[in-house]
Amino acid sequence: MTNGTATADTSPSVADAASKPLVSLKGISKTFSNGTVALQNMTLDIQQGQFISLLGPSGCGKSTALRIIAGLGDPTSGNIEWPTSGYDATGKAMPEISFVFQEPTLMPWATVFGNVWLPLRLKGISKKDARERVEEALDMVGLHNFANAYPRELSGGMKMRVSIARALVTRPKLLLMDEPFAALDEITRHKLNDDLLRLWETFGWTVLFVTHSVYESVYLSNRIVVMAARPGRVVNDMAVPAPYPRDDTFRTSSVYNDFCRDASSALHAAMGANDHL
Amino acid sequence: MTDPDVNKMTAPTNQIDPSEVDLLPPVKTFPVERVLRVAIPIIMLGLLVLLWAWYVDAYDVPHYILPSPMRVATAMVTDWPILSAALVITLEITLTALGIALVGGLGLAILMSQSRWIELALYPYAVILQVTPIVAIAPLILIYAPTTYSALLICAWLVAFFPILSNTTQGLKSTDHNLLNLFELYGASRWQTLYYLKLPNALPYFLAGLRIAGGLALIAAVVAEFAAGSAGAQSGLAFRLLESQFRLNIPRLFAALILLSATGVVIFSITSLVSHLFLRKWHESALKREN
Ligand SMILES: Nc1ncnc2c1ncn2[C@@H]1O[C@H](COP(=O)(O)OP(=O)(O)OP(=O)(O)O)[C@@H](O)[C@H]1O
Ligand SMILES: [Mg+2]
Repeated sequence: MTNGTATADTSPSVADAASKPLVSLKGISKTFSNGTVALQNMTLDIQQGQFISLLGPSGCGKSTALRIIAGLGDPTSGNIEWPTSGYDATGKAMPEISFVFQEPTLMPWATVFGNVWLPLRLKGISKKDARERVEEALDMVGLHNFANAYPRELSGGMKMRVSIARALVTRPKLLLMDEPFAALDEITRHKLNDDLLRLWETFGWTVLFVTHSVYESVYLSNRIVVMAARPGRVVNDMAVPAPYPRDDTFRTSSVYNDFCRDASSALHAAMGANDHL
Repeated sequence: MTDPDVNKMTAPTNQIDPSEVDLLPPVKTFPVERVLRVAIPIIMLGLLVLLWAWYVDAYDVPHYILPSPMRVATAMVTDWPILSAALVITLEITLTALGIALVGGLGLAILMSQSRWIELALYPYAVILQVTPIVAIAPLILIYAPTTYSALLICAWLVAFFPILSNTTQGLKSTDHNLLNLFELYGASRWQTLYYLKLPNALPYFLAGLRIAGGLALIAAVVAEFAAGSAGAQSGLAFRLLESQFRLNIPRLFAALILLSATGVVIFSITSLVSHLFLRKWHESALKREN
């Protein structure tokens, strides 16, 4: 149970991590109009290059936190700072964020290519100019042969990969992922976990990954933030100082087991905080 | 597929599962099935005509009650100058009304989707105009409109307008919230969100509205003409129908009726075809189910 920021030495971007955080949440609270307190006084510094998992029981405000970071919906109180990002004319921060939703969220009328092109298209980049980057993103997720397929012609896992390719095509600094693999079978999930780790190591992004799965969080991340529900808050912030690259040998190692046990008990403690869960 | 760099980066996902590939090529419809699809309705129609001819002949039905198919066909040929002129008028009114309804309905739906206030202000009028029976307002419109022709046009337009408006509005509103969030996240402008997201999403709804509106425009053009009941060079098929009834020229009445039905069928086929062409690639309604 070390401080999360101390884990930076296990990430690929050691140099960046020592500097300012990429984003810092300061006392974020969110109360919905029906009175639900989804988040209470959440404070979190996210260092560049970290792979953070948000782990917590259903309804503890993980998605809400992610959406607030993405700028979708304002917090009731508290503020978010982007010390290293540019600002637009109105003084709003313009962080380079991509969001992978729990569902693939693809446009059914557009081909795989069209869906991945979308973020670039919205920035005014023509199809011709975007082609190379879109194809590169499709290569990353292994779907280069499916550029002209429509979403309905793809399996669930392939749709999710398109969604990830769409998030990667803008080369974001921060990748927000909301239980992206929750609906997939275990084999596909392992495969996508490995792909994600490889991409993260290659490109040195910062990833904030929401999951229900203790195993997934330990396998992927170098920092696990455990949340509790009602009201949603951070109750634990633990490091996973195992070296990358991680693969199946890590999955079967005793170190991995120990981390899983720690994370699991942290999660249980969080859930115990609400007796009715 | 065999690019070595690619393989290195995406090794685990690079082998494509054969079951995934199988999904791609669409299964061609078997030719016999295609032929039957056209042949069966035609044979059924032919049988109906034969039955009709036989009935008239066998029971000696007087031709001013029910003319034989032969008489109707003759009337169609001999009265063709009158009938075709009427057909052109009816078609003109229907298609012009449909065209204006299409542009107006789409435009108003887009306008209303931009602001809740505009929607609140305009929707009641659209509903009132829609629920009031066209026959009831036709006399008024006939008084106000400068010519009968323009009155008929207004009636047909009023009826065709609403299905397009309400369907398109519904389609624009039912956009997936996650996709809206995604557009917001990538900083899409209002115009981009409309053009790349809301309009494609509303397309199936709009096309369904268009199909309903096509049929309704024809019906309204006929009903309004019944209400107007005026003669002259500008008479449409409905007037010729009434006129034939007064003069007990039943074969011509049937001929006019057949032309009206045929017009309806053609309008329906064209709107269905347009709908199919737009949606065949992605929308569930236009896709064959393959499980
Ligand atoms: N739009 C909303 N209006 C009112 N309450 C909401 C709304 N969205 C979420 N909530 C409430 O806020 C709380 C947190 O929701 P959130 O979706 O962030 O949970 P979560 O941690 O992502 O859960 P899960 O793991 O099941 O996805 C829940 O109690 C939920 O009922
Ligand atoms: Mg959630």
